[in-house]
This record gives sequence, C-alpha cells and structure tokens, in this order.
Amino acid sequence: MKTTYCFVRHRLLKAWLTLCAALAGTLPTAALADYTWNFPTPVTPIARDTLKIHNEFMIVITILFVVVFAIMVYSMIKHRKSSGHAPAKFTGPTGTVQWIWALVPFGILLFIDFVLMGIPAYHAVIDMEDTKTKADMVLKVTGMQWKWQYEYPESGVKFISTMSTPRDQIANKAEKGEHYLLEVDNEVVLPINKKVRILLTATDVIHTWWVPQFGVKRDGVPGFLREVWVKIEEPGVYRGQCAELCGKDHGFMPIVVRGVPEAEYIAWLDTKKAEQAAASAGSNRTWSKDELMAEGKAVYEKQCVACHQDAGQGLAPVFPALAGSKIVLGPLLSPEGKLIKDSHVDRVLNGKEGTAMQAFKTTLNDTELAAVITYERNAFGNNKGDFIQPAQIKALR
Amino acid sequence: MSQTTTAPHDTHHDTHYPGGITRWLTTTNHKEIGSMYLIFALIMFFVGGAMILAVRAELFQPGLQLMQPEFFNQLIGIHALIMIFAALMPAATGFANWQIPLMIGAPDMALPRINNLGFWLLPPAAILLTLPFLLAVFGIGDGALNTGWTMYAPLSVQGGIGVDFAIFSIHILGISSILGSINVIVTIFNLRAPGMTMMKLPIFAWGWLITAFLLIATIPVLAGAVTMLLTDRHFGTHFFNAAGGGDPILFQHLFWFFGHPEVYILLLPLWGLMPHVLATFSRKPIYGYKAQVYSFIAIGLLSVVVWAHHFFTAGLPVGALLYFMYSTMAISLPLAVLFFCWIATMWKGAMTFETPMLFAQGFIIMFGVAGLTGLVLADVAADAQYHHSYFVIAHFHFALFAGGIMGVMTGVYYWLPKWTGHMYDEKLGKLHFWLTVISFNLTFMPQFFVGLAGMPRRIPDYALQFTEFNAISTVGSFILGFSQLIFAWVIYKCIKGGEKAEGRVWEGADGLEWELSSPPPLHSWNTPPVVK
Repeated sequence: MKTTYCFVRHRLLKAWLTLCAALAGTLPTAALADYTWNFPTPVTPIARDTLKIHNEFMIVITILFVVVFAIMVYSMIKHRKSSGHAPAKFTGPTGTVQWIWALVPFGILLFIDFVLMGIPAYHAVIDMEDTKTKADMVLKVTGMQWKWQYEYPESGVKFISTMSTPRDQIANKAEKGEHYLLEVDNEVVLPINKKVRILLTATDVIHTWWVPQFGVKRDGVPGFLREVWVKIEEPGVYRGQCAELCGKDHGFMPIVVRGVPEAEYIAWLDTKKAEQAAASAGSNRTWSKDELMAEGKAVYEKQCVACHQDAGQGLAPVFPALAGSKIVLGPLLSPEGKLIKDSHVDRVLNGKEGTAMQAFKTTLNDTELAAVITYERNAFGNNKGDFIQPAQIKALR
Repeated sequence: MSQTTTAPHDTHHDTHYPGGITRWLTTTNHKEIGSMYLIFALIMFFVGGAMILAVRAELFQPGLQLMQPEFFNQLIGIHALIMIFAALMPAATGFANWQIPLMIGAPDMALPRINNLGFWLLPPAAILLTLPFLLAVFGIGDGALNTGWTMYAPLSVQGGIGVDFAIFSIHILGISSILGSINVIVTIFNLRAPGMTMMKLPIFAWGWLITAFLLIATIPVLAGAVTMLLTDRHFGTHFFNAAGGGDPILFQHLFWFFGHPEVYILLLPLWGLMPHVLATFSRKPIYGYKAQVYSFIAIGLLSVVVWAHHFFTAGLPVGALLYFMYSTMAISLPLAVLFFCWIATMWKGAMTFETPMLFAQGFIIMFGVAGLTGLVLADVAADAQYHHSYFVIAHFHFALFAGGIMGVMTGVYYWLPKWTGHMYDEKLGKLHFWLTVISFNLTFMPQFFVGLAGMPRRIPDYALQFTEFNAISTVGSFILGFSQLIFAWVIYKCIKGGEKAEGRVWEGADGLEWELSSPPPLHSWNTPPVVK
C-alpha cells in the first residue's frame, strides 16, 4: 500500500512539473505534438465528411461569436459612464433603418441554420443511415459487460474481444504501455475499401460502439438491432472505446479494429476458422483435470476476473465471492447428469437475470465452459475435486 | 413603472413568531422561505462541488489513484442530480420567493403554506439521494445511484439500492418543484399590483412563469418514467426490457421529454434576470421587452418538441433524426432574439461594472459559447462524433455553469444588498468574478479539445493521449471550486454587516422592489402599489 502511495505521489509531482513546463511553453515540441486539438485523422468517407462539416461549422460559429461579442465589447468600451456617455432611452427599434438592423441578423441566422448548415447536414444524415446500398459484408457487434463480441455471419467466425491492458498498469504498479486502455486480446479485422455493414446489439445493458477515426457511433441496445456502416480507406489499427456508461468497467472495454487489404483479410479469416474448428474438435475428446485447470485459469483471467477478482474473493456487495461460495461448492450435476437449477453450472451457462452475470453459453465454447467451471471448483481453496468434460457441456446446451 | 404607495413598516408582527428552529420550520413568509431556499442551494452547491472535485482529482492522471470505478460512477451521477435539483433549482425558487412578490407588488406568495411545504421537502430529498453513500460505509447496499443522472435502463434496472433511493428522492423533489411552480403561477396571475398588466410584468417574473409551466408539464413525465423503472426493478414489469415486449429506448424518450425542457427550466428565470441587471447598470430601459417575452414563450414551446437530440446515436429512424435536428436548430432563433436584446440593452447606455454587471456580461459571452456549440451538436452526423464525449460535457457546463450558476451569482450580487440591507464587499466580489471566469475556462475549454480527440465521458481512467488536457482541467477545477469559498464569505460578511444599502440600491435600478427599504420590512406591500 505504502509503495503505491509513494508512486502516486511521484506521478502527481511529475504531472505538476509537466503542466508547469507546458504552461511556461518550455515543453519540447515533440511532446507538444501529442496534443490533439481536433478529430483524429479520418479514415472513412463518413469521418472525412464529418471532419469537413465540423471544421466549417467551427469557422462559422467562431465568426458569429467574434462578430456578436465584438459589438458587445465595443459597447462596453464606448458606452461607459466613466467616459461620460449619456444613456439613450430607446426600448426597441424605431424607424426603418433600425428595423433592418434588427432583422438582418435573423435572416443571416436563418440562412446559417437551415441552408449553410442544414443542407450539408441533411446529406450527411442520409449518407450515414444508408447502411444497405452496395454493402459488401456484415459484421455483427454485441456489447456485453465489459467486452465486445464480434461475429462474421457469412463465415461463422465469432470471438470475444476484451481489454488486454494489465490490471497492474491501471493500479499504477507498472509502467503504462503506449496503447494503455486501448488494446485488446482479439482485434477485429476488416478489409479496406469494402463497405461493411455493422449490426449492433447488446446482451445486458446499452453499450455504444465508437471508433473516432470512423466517424460513427451507435448504441447497441439489448433486444434490438441497430446498424451503421464503415468503409475503411487506409490500412491501419484504429482504436476506440465504449461510449455509453455501462457499469463498473465502462472505461475498460476498448475497441481495436485492424484494416487490412482484402487478401490478408481472407487469410486471417481462414486462420480464425481453423482455430475455431480446432476448439470445437477439442470438445469431442476427453480432457484431463490438469488440462482443464490450465485452460480454465486462462479463461477465468479474461472473462471472470473483472468482477470475481484474482483470488475469487469477489467485490462486495455486488459481485459475489467464488471462494467458498455455496453455489460453486454445490453439486455439479444431478445424478442423471442433468442441469440443476441455480447450480454452479446453470449460473455459468445461463447467467442470472438482472445482474452483470451473463449467459456465458452464448459467448464461450464447450471447452472453455468446462475448463472455467472446473477451475472455479478447484481453485481459490475450493478444492471440490470434481470436474466436467466439454462433451457434457455440449449435451447440456 | 411607478407606484403611489410605500409599504408601512409593520415590524410589530414579529413578536408573534415562535423562536428558534420552530420559526423556520413553520414560517410562511416568502422572504424567510426565500432565504432558506438560497442557503440550502448554497450548501448543496458545495456538496455537489466537493463530489466533482474528487472526480477531477481522480482524472488528474491516467490510472486509478483515489477511487474504484464503482465509486466514481456514483459521484458523477449524484453530482449532477445535486447541482440540478438541489442547487440550481432551489436557487431559482429562492429568487422567485424573494423577488416576485416584491416586484409585482404582492404582500406574499399566494399559497404560503404550500410554499413552506415546498421548501421542507427538499432536505429529506437531498438526504435520500446521498444516504446510500453513508449506508455503504456501514455495509448496507452498494452505494448511491451509479448510472449517471440519466438513469438509463437497463443499467438502472441492474443497479443497487442507490437507484431506489434516487427514484424516491426524485419523486419528492418533483413534488416540491410542482408546488413551487403552482405557487408562482397563482401569485403572478392573481396578486399583481393594480394596473400591472401581463405586458407590464417584470421580465424576471415572465421567465419564471414559463419555467413554472414547463415544470408542471414535464415533471410528471419524469415521475412516471422513474416509477416505471421502479416497477421494472421490483414488480416484474417489462417497460424497458425487450424480452418482455418493452424497449430500453422508451426510457430515454420519457427521460429527455423532461430532461430537455429542464435545461430551459433552469435557465429561463436567469434569462429573465439578465435584462434587469443589464438595464440597471447601463442606466437604460430594457430593450425589446415584448420580443423577449415572446421568445421565452417560443423557447418554452420548442423545448418540449426537441428531446430526442439527446440520443441521436441510439438508432432513431431517419425521419425522426431530421425532424429533431431541424427543430433543435430552430431554437437558435428565439435565443438569438434574447442575445440581440441583451446587447441592445447595453448599447448606448452609461455602463458601470459592478460585480452583478460583470457576472451578467460574463454570463452572456460564455453562454454564447454554449449556444453556438449547441448549434453544431444539433447536426446529427457531426453529433455522432461529439455525442457521449467530453465535448458534450464542456458544452453543457458552459450552459449550466456559465449560464446557470453564474446567472444565479448575478442575481445574488444584484439583490443581496436589497435582502440584507448591506452592501457586499465589491473588491472581493470582483475577485470572485475574475477567479471564477478564468478558472471556469481553464477547466472546461480543454474538455472541448479532449472530447474532439475522442475521450468518452463517464470514464474513470483514460488513454495516455488525453493526459495533458485532463491535468489542466483538474487544476482549473480546483481553482474554480476553492474560489467559491470567496462567494460564501462575501455572502456571510454581507449578512453580518457592511455599508448600509439604500432602498434603491443601484443608481439605474427600476422596478417596484427598489421602492421598498433595504432590507424590506418582513411584510411588504400590504397596501398594493398602483402601477400606471
């Protein structure tokens, strides 16, 4: 604890120095180049269009601001009591000239609102919502607490993407990496120059999928499908985050998209398919307990640790402990090999409604489920001794 | 405006009052209730401010230093609810209580007992809202509302007891607001001095009148929405659950049907205040009185038909997107009328720059930033970038801090000598203004940039490229927060003593309230003045 505190103090001190240096203008220009004053470089037609419109609007409103308040500041300087200005008595426009003075600004504003801004905005909206015309492929994105699932319906590839930044970096116990909080274990790969129709949904609460360089942001609403489209024009890695408060780890569910040439995309897809086939083949053989424990630990550390914590102690009072848990230490299956309601296996497979405990059978494969259940029953001092085979999980689906 | 009678000083009434706390619990006097509203608002302003300083301290650097995300999520939502419902709204109601009877020549508010009830509902509501923090310390529940003040379902269906506490708190606050609104409407419609037609009504009262109607129109919708949330949480209904035929977006529609007018509910009384202050310190009559009144009405009507621009990214049909975009843009027109009239009121006046005038002018310029950024936010396509980002946070703090809080400060400095009978410390007042305005910009300007760069709102930790702007913002927020202690000190000093204030405190002041002594007698306008 004490070392953490010193470390924090050190970081605060460093930040103060950085700030003082920045304010004094002595910071090296290399560091200053990191400042971003505007949207990040756009890589899709929508993002490019949005940046253009945004820049134009910013100029328009800056001019409005300067002109209007220049008049006000002029008045504040000129019409002071201390400079002997005698107050006028008028309470409204008198005479044609003053009426023109009063009405012209509204004419201009009407023009700005509904022509200058209104017309490009109309086209931008229509373009943004046109997800279907000439769409080349579909990507389905499902938000869940606190990770994203990606699915390529045409090829059946489906995987979960979770943040890969180590917890030690967040707790300031380790140096933060370059892509701190914006890195994941499984990147989404998309072909460049293809119109990708993205279907969005969520399993628990509302999540918002946002990659700033794509210029799109759309909510995934549980029980509904939403859609947007992207056409990535530059190869590269693009990072974003969930943008709708979705509970505890809202700040820790990044999005990483890799845009690659089509050939590379197809090759990647084939690798993923092969991986998936191997994983599902795994559920047909019999696994040893040690194998399951090793695999289960890996799954646990990705899927479960955010709520149930490293040592299975949970986070009171919302996220229950697994260590010594009555549910975990309860019977595995009924004597006939059937699922027992509200048992450990039931919870992992079907979740608990109204909580962050989700139905993992929709996101994990049989092997992963069997492994993580086995792990939870035998780790954290639970030592239950029993274990479950992937084939048994398959039968329970 | 002129009057023919001055109020008799009937201080002998005081002798009937019970002493101590009972007096404050039972008072039906609009001045005393007004003072209680204002003091309550000031206290809650510091409570809400302390919460957000803790948040800013956490955001000073990347990484989690001071708190866990669960607690962070509680602080941001409760900060908003406190600032809106327990600081800004009570402050405006305090103004209404003190000023509307004085300004329209009424002896008191029309419904004095309702008035007392309206105030005394507030402390229990504030306690309900914050109690879960304390309960969590004793191991009961998981803390306060952790969904942000918007309480979007299904996250709020999933939440702990804090959500239930917030729901009941909102119900009580809503009842308090409706009672206050009914009182304002009845008072303005029935207790105006003889000869004061609606078109001679002080513009502050007009602003409040529209606010009162908006509150009565929208608070029941919010109350309905949170009640549906309550039944979804505990009684098996599925209003917001797709699996049972509901829709999570329904909650957003209902919430923002209240939430957008709420912005104008907070601002209209202050827009009503501005012309008085500007006219006073420009020594010139209000410009475009009628135009401003009609603009208030237009904004009031428009405000209830633009709500969905708060969730453009939720996936609305194209037709709805276009409608809500253009109707939102249309609000800029009546708002521009107000800006025009404010500047024209100053134009060719003989201005002096006492603290209330400084705050009024600061209000106008910075509220201008809110208005202009609001205009670009209306663009659906660009909004896809701004939405849920720090750009929006900066935008609405320019509206609700520079517009709301600084508007309240304008009113406090403007009327404090009238209320206390003493002049406030002008030097400290000006120091307070400059510190506030500079540190406010230091806090929120960087948030525009960090939002454009892609930082989402409501995150307890952030990527490294956002570090510098967040550090600046945190430094600004601490200066801003601590500068407000000067405000509290100035008010305290002014209540305790100071140079005697005249009845007409300001040279250019015009209106019935300035015909009374400072402070006015406990019962004023027992004989109504006649307005010609």
